[in-house]
Amino acid sequence: MGSFILKRLVNLIPTLLIVGIIVFIITRMIPGDPASVMLGPQASVEDVANLREELGLNKSMPSQFISYVGDLAQLNLGYSYSYSESVIGLIIERFPNTVVLALAALLIAVVIGIPAGIVAARKQNTMIDYVVMLVSLVGVSMPIFWLGIMLVLFFSVNLGWFPATGMGNISDGLWTYLKHLILPAFALATIPMATFARITRSSMLEVISQDYIKTARSKGIKEYLVIGKHAFKNALTPILTVLGMQISNLLGGAVLTETIFSWPGMGRLIVDAIDKRDFVVVQGTVIFIAFIFVLINLVVDVLYKVVNPKVNLESDGGKK
Amino acid sequence: MTQAIVNETRKRNTLLRKLLKNKLASIGLIIVTMMGIVAIFAPLIATHPPNEMIVGKSFLPMNTEGHLLGTDNYGRDLFSRLVYGTRISMIVGIAAVLFGAVFGTLLGLVAGYFGGRIDSIIMRTMDGLFAFPFILLAITLMTVLGQGLVNVIVAIGIANIPGFARLVRGQVLSVKEEEFIEVTHSLGATHKRIIFSHILPNCLAPLIVYGTMSTAGAIISEAALSFLGLGVQPPTASWGSILKDGKDFLVLNPQMATFSGICILLTVLGINLLGDGLRDALDPKMKV
Repeated sequence: MGSFILKRLVNLIPTLLIVGIIVFIITRMIPGDPASVMLGPQASVEDVANLREELGLNKSMPSQFISYVGDLAQLNLGYSYSYSESVIGLIIERFPNTVVLALAALLIAVVIGIPAGIVAARKQNTMIDYVVMLVSLVGVSMPIFWLGIMLVLFFSVNLGWFPATGMGNISDGLWTYLKHLILPAFALATIPMATFARITRSSMLEVISQDYIKTARSKGIKEYLVIGKHAFKNALTPILTVLGMQISNLLGGAVLTETIFSWPGMGRLIVDAIDKRDFVVVQGTVIFIAFIFVLINLVVDVLYKVVNPKVNLESDGGKK
Repeated sequence: MTQAIVNETRKRNTLLRKLLKNKLASIGLIIVTMMGIVAIFAPLIATHPPNEMIVGKSFLPMNTEGHLLGTDNYGRDLFSRLVYGTRISMIVGIAAVLFGAVFGTLLGLVAGYFGGRIDSIIMRTMDGLFAFPFILLAITLMTVLGQGLVNVIVAIGIANIPGFARLVRGQVLSVKEEEFIEVTHSLGATHKRIIFSHILPNCLAPLIVYGTMSTAGAIISEAALSFLGLGVQPPTASWGSILKDGKDFLVLNPQMATFSGICILLTVLGINLLGDGLRDALDPKMKV
C-alpha cells in the first residue's frame, strides 16, 4: 500500500505541472494589458507601469513562466491589490469556510442519499422505489443556484426560519451557526445526494441478485445483516468512484452556492475577484482548487484500493 | 447499397421503438422536442419583442395587460423573454457539446490509436484539464474571453473536451484489438481510413449517450455563467440572466426567478431522461 501511495504521489507531479501550465496559459490570454485592466481606466501610466513590473509582465514569456513555477513551489500565489493581502493569506482565511460547507453538504448527501438508494433497491418496483427514483432524477437535473434562491424565498423570506445570507459565528452559539449552514449545505448537497441514491440503488440491485446473498438469506441471517454487512460492502466500490466525482461537483457547486448565500468561502472569493478584475486572486485560487481536487482524487483512489484490494490502479494512472 | 440503406433505417426504427417503449425516455423526448419547437418558432410563440422595455410597466403581475407571466424590472414581457431564452440554452447546449465532441473525439482517436508518447502527451493534458471542476474551468475561461454567446460556447466546449477524449480513447483501445481492424490493416488500409471508417463508427453509441448527457450539463453551465454575469451580453434573454435579475427582486416579483429556474430544470430533466433511455437502448453497460 505504501509503495502504491508513493507511486501515485510521483504521478501527481506531471499532472500538477500541467495544471500550472494551463492556468499560466489561460491567464496570459487576457486581452489587453492585465495591469491596466486590474487598475481600471482612472489609473495613471506610472501606476500601471509599476504594477506591470510587480507582476513581472515586462519579462519574456519563458522567464515569466520560470518565476511563476518558482513562486508556486514556494506557495507564493502573489499579492492582491484589491484586498491588500497575499493570495495565500486570503485562501487560508476563506478555504476552511468552503471545507465546512462542502463537508456539511457531503454529510447530508451520504446520510440521505445512500440509505434512500438501499431502501429503493430493497423495495424495487414499489411506490417507495418510484418516489426515490423520481426525486433523485429531479435532483440530478437541479440547477442548484435556482434551488438556493427558492430555498431562500421559502424558508427565509416567507417562513423566516433561516437567515438568507452570511455565515454564523460559532461563538454566537451552535444553533446560530447551524442555522446559517443548513440552507447552503442542503442546496449544495442536492446533486450528490441524488447521484448517491441512483448509484447505490443500481449497485445494490446488482449485488443482491448474486448467489452468495441468496445463500446468506437461506442460512437465516437477519435481513439487516445481509444488506448492511454482505451486500452493502460489495456495492461500495462504484459508490466510492462516484464519491470522487461528487467532490469535484461540490467544489464547483460551492462557487454558485456561496454566491447566493454570501458564504465567505473560496467560491465567493473567486466571483468577487472576477468582479474586481483581480486576476492574481483568480489565478491563485483556481490553481489552489485544482491542486486540492487532484489531492482529493488521490485519497479517493487510496480508499478505493482499501475497499477493493484486487483493483489495480497503478497501471491506469489517470490514463482512462 | 439499397440493402445498406434498409438496414440503417431498420436500426434507427429499432432504436426509436426501444426509446418509445421506455416511458420515462418518451417523456424526455417529448420535453426536448417541445423545447426545440419553442426555440425554433420563438418569434411566433412570443407575445412581445423580448427586449422591448415599457416605461412604467415594471413588475406587472401575471396575466395583466396581455402579459402572461407579467413583466420584469425593465417592463419587458417575461413570457417572451423565457421563450427566447430557450433559443440561447438550446444553441449553447448543442454547439458547446459539438465543439467538445469534435475536438475531444479527434484527440481520443489519435491518443488511443497511435498510443506511445502522443497518447501520454494528450492524456496528461486531458488529466490537467480534468483537475478543474467543470464550472470553475468555464468561469476561468469566460473571465479571459469576456461575455458573449460565442465565448460561452467556446468556454463550455473546451471544458467538455477531456470527457469526450477519455471516453473515445477507452473505446479505441478496445476496438483496435478486434480482428477486423487487423485484417483491414493487413489489406493495406491507411491509418486515416482505419480510424474514421472502422474505429469511429464503433465509438458512436457511447458518444451519442455521453453527448446527450453533456448537453444537459452545458445548458446548466450556460445558465450558471449568465447567472454570475459572465454569460451572454445583456439585454439578450437567457434563463440564467433572467434568474440573476429575479434574485434581486424575490419579494417584489418572485415569478422571474421561479419560472426561469423551472425552464432550466424542465429542459435538463428532459435531456437526462432521454439520455438515460438512449443509454439503455444503445449501451446498457455504460456507466455515465
